[in-house]
Amino acid sequence: MSLQSNANRPARYAAIIVALVAATSALAESATPKGPAEGTAGVERYVREMWASSDAKWKDRLKQDETQVLCSRFRNNPPEPLAQSIQTREAATIVFPKDNQVLGRWQEGEKLAQNGRGGQFSDAPDTVNGGNCYACHQMAKSELSFGTLGPSLSEYGKIRNFSAEAARDTFAKIYNSQATLACSSMPRFGAHGFLTEQQIKDVVAYLFDPDSPINK
Amino acid sequence: MKRSVASALVMTLGVLCWVTGGLNAADPEDEIRRYREMIDDPMANPAYLNVDRGEALWNLPRGEKNASLATCDLGKGPGTLEGAYAELPRYFADADKVMDLEQRLLWCMETVQALDTHDVLSRKFGAPGSTSDMEDLVAYIANKSSGMTYHIPLDDVQERDAYAIGEELFYRRGSLLDFSCATCHSADGARIRTTQLPNLTKPGGDARNTMGSWPTYRVSQSQMRTMQNRLWDCYRQMRMPPPDYGSAGLTALMIYLAKQADGGSINVPSIKR
Repeated sequence: MSLQSNANRPARYAAIIVALVAATSALAESATPKGPAEGTAGVERYVREMWASSDAKWKDRLKQDETQVLCSRFRNNPPEPLAQSIQTREAATIVFPKDNQVLGRWQEGEKLAQNGRGGQFSDAPDTVNGGNCYACHQMAKSELSFGTLGPSLSEYGKIRNFSAEAARDTFAKIYNSQATLACSSMPRFGAHGFLTEQQIKDVVAYLFDPDSPINK
Repeated sequence: MKRSVASALVMTLGVLCWVTGGLNAADPEDEIRRYREMIDDPMANPAYLNVDRGEALWNLPRGEKNASLATCDLGKGPGTLEGAYAELPRYFADADKVMDLEQRLLWCMETVQALDTHDVLSRKFGAPGSTSDMEDLVAYIANKSSGMTYHIPLDDVQERDAYAIGEELFYRRGSLLDFSCATCHSADGARIRTTQLPNLTKPGGDARNTMGSWPTYRVSQSQMRTMQNRLWDCYRQMRMPPPDYGSAGLTALMIYLAKQADGGSINVPSIKR
């Protein structure tokens, strides 16, 4: 779910056209980026300076992939043809379970939805990564501490009639949110290897199991 | 008679249950607001201990020159503290850099006092049993702008360049979860869990309330924290490595944020969750 309001789109129209031309040429490694892209090279110099004393392992995190570069440049509002190419590239990263079984254990999924740890410089290296779904989404109505950056997921499976197809789409959404919405704010949990296949299945079960508190 | 006492009791209990139920079901945002008002009491704000320590540190002769910081120029002339914080970050010709308060204090320690800042930097963030000179000095100096308003005119080209870099950094997505500052701070009225998120993409109320209330005493950390610490903590949550204290990129982000807060009133040190 993009945080950028659609109302901003008309106002940015001209800038986007200029930027699109620039981005296309930038991808072809020719012209200097213009429009929102202007100054990006300068920013990367600042980024290197901001983390000059980080060790090599951590410095890997300073490198952006192509999708991150484009979403930064277009402030999460990529023009349509570019949005389509991002979605195509991201869709190609999704690996479904070999047996096509996308439902794990909802009880484990609930723990993952509550857990916001993992990947921070304050975390022990053996920390199990969490999905932290509640940071942004309402889920089980019994949990009052939920964020509102993303849409409510209450009764998620129930309102989708617990359909197997919807569960498979949800596995894909959690694996790589940008396969269906370029520059979505939601992390690409599977594509980054932040959550394992089993963890994603557990979260899908939390959303789709009729016994899950989400569907009560 | 007994019967009417009994029924009155039942009624009272019923009303009590209804009231309690009503409280439990209260809008979580009202409850958060109530909590904020409860802790927002300057007379009970431990950060004023930092203000007092900061005053002593400002006047303490230190370093190879055995000098105090009293001739340090924070932008309003040597030794002038009133209103200095309200105009930072700013460009300093003597250092040829845009600096925030913390960068400038380090510069003054090194030039005015010839102080080896290794020890100061090793205590840049206070912890139980270890106070931070930087947090104490910031509390003291920022407090001298309390009641004033942010004035960030971006008169200098270097300030405008820093602002532009800060804005780009604000939207820069990266690391394991694709986060940027904008992921959490570009919507109106949104929350992470129960924490209200200011929209910092535009000038106005949210940015003013945020920037006008830092530095702050953080109840959850039992420490007075500065904006350098706040940004360090944001990057921690963004799964980035710890940014270098006093680096130009953090100052660029701060001038971007301070400009969004232009005209907003400063009431510091405040107290927050």
